Amino acid sequence: MRIVIDLNRCQGYAQCVPLAPTVLKLNGEEALMYDPNPDDSLRQQVLRAAASCPVQAIIVDRLDEKGEKA
Amino acid sequence: MKTAALVADLVTEFKTHGRIVIVGASLAGLRAAEALRDEGFNGSLTIIGDEKHEPYDRPPLSKQVLKGWVRADHTKLPRMRKVDAEWRLGVAATGLDRQTKQVRLANGDQVPFDRLLIATGVRSRPWFNPKEATLEGVFTLRTSDDSGRLQAALAAKPGRVLIVGAGFIGSEMASVCRELGLAVTVAERAEAPLVGALGGVIGDIAAAMQRDHGVDLRTGVSVEALEGDANGHVRRAKLSDGTTLDVDVVVASLGSIRNTEWLDGAGLATGFWGVACDAGCRVFDINGVVTDSIFVAGDIARAPHALYEYQFLALEHWDNAVFGGRVAGHNMVSLEADRRPHLPLPAFWSGQFGVNIKGVGVGPFGDEIVITQGSIKDRRFAAAYGRRGRIVAAVTFNHGKWLEYYGALIERSAPFPPPPPGYDQAGDMKPIPARFPDPRVPTGVPDVVLTGHDPNERGAEYRPKKRDPVGATKHAA
Amino acid sequence: MQSKTASAVAAELKNRMTPETAYAEAMKFENRANPYPFFDELRKTPVARVANGIYAVTGYRELLALAHDPRVSSDMSHSPLSARLAVEAPAEADHMKAYGKAKTMITSDPPEHDRMRRQAMRHFGPPHTPDLIPKMEADIQRLCNQLLDKAKGKTRLDVVDDYAYPVPVAVICKILGVPLKDEPTFHAWIHDFMAGLMDMGPEAATEEGKARAAKGKESTAALMQYLTELIQRFIREPGESMLSKMVNDDGADGRMSPQEAVSNAGLLLIAGHDSTVNTISHCVLTVLRNPGAFELLRSRPSLIPAAVEEVLRVESAVQFFPSRSALADIEIAGTVIPKGSAVFLMYGAANRDPSRFPDPNKFDPERRDNEHFGWGSGIHTCFGGPLARLEVNLALETFLHRVKNPRLVVDPPPYRQSNVFRGPQHLLIDFDRIRD
Repeated sequence: MRIVIDLNRCQGYAQCVPLAPTVLKLNGEEALMYDPNPDDSLRQQVLRAAASCPVQAIIVDRLDEKGEKA
Repeated sequence: MKTAALVADLVTEFKTHGRIVIVGASLAGLRAAEALRDEGFNGSLTIIGDEKHEPYDRPPLSKQVLKGWVRADHTKLPRMRKVDAEWRLGVAATGLDRQTKQVRLANGDQVPFDRLLIATGVRSRPWFNPKEATLEGVFTLRTSDDSGRLQAALAAKPGRVLIVGAGFIGSEMASVCRELGLAVTVAERAEAPLVGALGGVIGDIAAAMQRDHGVDLRTGVSVEALEGDANGHVRRAKLSDGTTLDVDVVVASLGSIRNTEWLDGAGLATGFWGVACDAGCRVFDINGVVTDSIFVAGDIARAPHALYEYQFLALEHWDNAVFGGRVAGHNMVSLEADRRPHLPLPAFWSGQFGVNIKGVGVGPFGDEIVITQGSIKDRRFAAAYGRRGRIVAAVTFNHGKWLEYYGALIERSAPFPPPPPGYDQAGDMKPIPARFPDPRVPTGVPDVVLTGHDPNERGAEYRPKKRDPVGATKHAA
Repeated sequence: MQSKTASAVAAELKNRMTPETAYAEAMKFENRANPYPFFDELRKTPVARVANGIYAVTGYRELLALAHDPRVSSDMSHSPLSARLAVEAPAEADHMKAYGKAKTMITSDPPEHDRMRRQAMRHFGPPHTPDLIPKMEADIQRLCNQLLDKAKGKTRLDVVDDYAYPVPVAVICKILGVPLKDEPTFHAWIHDFMAGLMDMGPEAATEEGKARAAKGKESTAALMQYLTELIQRFIREPGESMLSKMVNDDGADGRMSPQEAVSNAGLLLIAGHDSTVNTISHCVLTVLRNPGAFELLRSRPSLIPAAVEEVLRVESAVQFFPSRSALADIEIAGTVIPKGSAVFLMYGAANRDPSRFPDPNKFDPERRDNEHFGWGSGIHTCFGGPLARLEVNLALETFLHRVKNPRLVVDPPPYRQSNVFRGPQHLLIDFDRIRD
């Protein structure tokens, strides 16, 4: 699956990080680093993380790798 | 009434049968394509990209990819919807014929269009000495291929890394080197890192941050020559202060060159600072007359910004590509009444040395700075920039939740200095000179540059006018 | 477009509530199940003076701006409510000190706030302890399943008492190091605190309300005493729990003082489960209230995380927190909040602002751009958010998966006393059976 994080929107609330700990990591108190193409098996975790963002900075693909609705 | 109906018909007709070509298959191009389909454009859409990869995200390339956590080819951008386009990847555009409305490709093909979006972005400025640039171990960083090669070179535990240029990307790379436990020297021509974008007051803080993390930071110094060994691998760097460094990896982080060469001769307002357009993304021709069918978005665009005295801004910012792409997409299928302006509040971020640096507005437009909240010593603070009594920009270090307050002040052209915070005031709230470098002094090419009022004004020349070959520099595998 | 007659306009103006009246109505216990029509009325003036020295913010954009404005303080000692109540109603003023003698994170400003939050977060979440919450997943899932196992053979349960409550309280006790065996006792104290000191409505001024407040004060003092003994024990015998680490381990900010640890322990214990209980209850209530929602989420579990957020938008567990005040005159929404005013950021009301959320009263799990205030906004955004979300997501997933044909017995259900921490007192549902 694919994600991209709008790091302009991100203010470092880090509500997301514990919900997808292998995909999202905090570098220091506030700088977020992430795996843009996590394994599909992590999709529910990533969706929980994306839903948790107070500023909706995590953008999750709406199409899968085949180009169909994810 | 008759004209209105005719106009509506034109739009419908275009949305059904028009042909749109997007040159540039990265963030701006992709988001523009999605916006076009969102707008109900059902005509033919061709997306041309010189890289063979489908659109991918660049910011991770200088951070989690270099660190070795994420693979260089694993930053593909998520798709928001089907774009139903003909993708022509791995082939560069080499010319534009505005008479016949065709884009010429490197393989000789001609691609006709009714409307065109230029989104070809920028490339890394190569090492200035072409022979030295071919030494193994000399890198630039822009593409995922670059990042994969550099990641491998760092993973091989070089004895010392030399990073030339302490802008945002250079500083991020230095931070990664330190996280990997590598010895790293940063050579910066200006007095401090990040001065082009944030000024000397913040630059001093950035310098201290680098040194505290063990970076061998050399400021006020340039790299005059690189020397290699018998195997053609870089081994030494000669600095302008007379010193010589033993180095195994050299990364040239010298800023960007706008990919405008393919537009030579097309009679558009192109130059060192990119392709000039109006605030609706429509490109100006060489005389300064706006065209109807050619649009531009992303790093390569220069557009007048109402908030900055209508000066043309050239923004190498991520969300400038996203918003610009979307506005261009909308405007490409709209006529005057429905067009929208692209008026972003410039915003950027950088993750380095455990600090989240975020900024909003155009720092170099200002001349004064005041630290408002937090503590410089702790590297958690907010600061505001002003010009003639108005706030024009702000920056935070690990204080990002406060930035939008300053963003709102900037949007309203609120007075500078801003009102003092009710708590955690950083100092006496007295503005001091922000110490932006004299634009006549060549340093790096910052992300946001003010490029004058006239569409054809070239602004300051930082390098001799030499034709760099399209397609970037060669570097060792 | 219909034009109105002069008399119709006059009638409308006459019927229109003042902000003061709308606010008072919204706070009344009789409207606890549905204060929203009164919030809609109040939102006509998105920043409005609703009582002497109190401004209520119900407009989305205005709330967002004020939650990020460094002239708005959360330190209750700056609020006129502290000073005024100390004079007019000493018992109620003590609710300002309810969390203990030292300030808590939620009732302080930077730099103290930032320092306390870092000190606590060091032992709870990233960057220093990123695995604590993810590692709770198995426990949470097991607890949810055990509770539903207990309901096998029955056809009715109280979602609050039998499902929503036991999970979060067990989880927070385990993390903090508060003995779960003491739960019956502190549960009663917390109930009294909520019912007595967290009712900002007109009922608080009645004789009955004052009696509740007195009891609340007494119970809060007992809770603080209990936590003081607990913290002192951790200082004598350090352990692995979060509270123990907060007072023993030295990070860059040093260890938290015992006084601050006691106050923050109260905050973390109460906030660490009570609102979660209310959210789980509200999830079940909202899903069952909206025809088709149950089947939708059962068939598309990928929608559950967004559905949880949407529940929080329409039924925010923390409706507002009465600590804030203006440290300077603040110009906003065509008015000026005078320096020294109390500022109530009404999250639940702003979450239904039609200018921000199309069709705001509709529960729509697929709503886009759902940047709601259910967890607050700005630097005080919920400390325990990731843990709470993990609990609520798993609780809802498990409920959807295992409870066959659930139906609400009574709608609206009876609500708890507090209009600050708002949730059902009981939520009875009937169901066919519990699946394995």
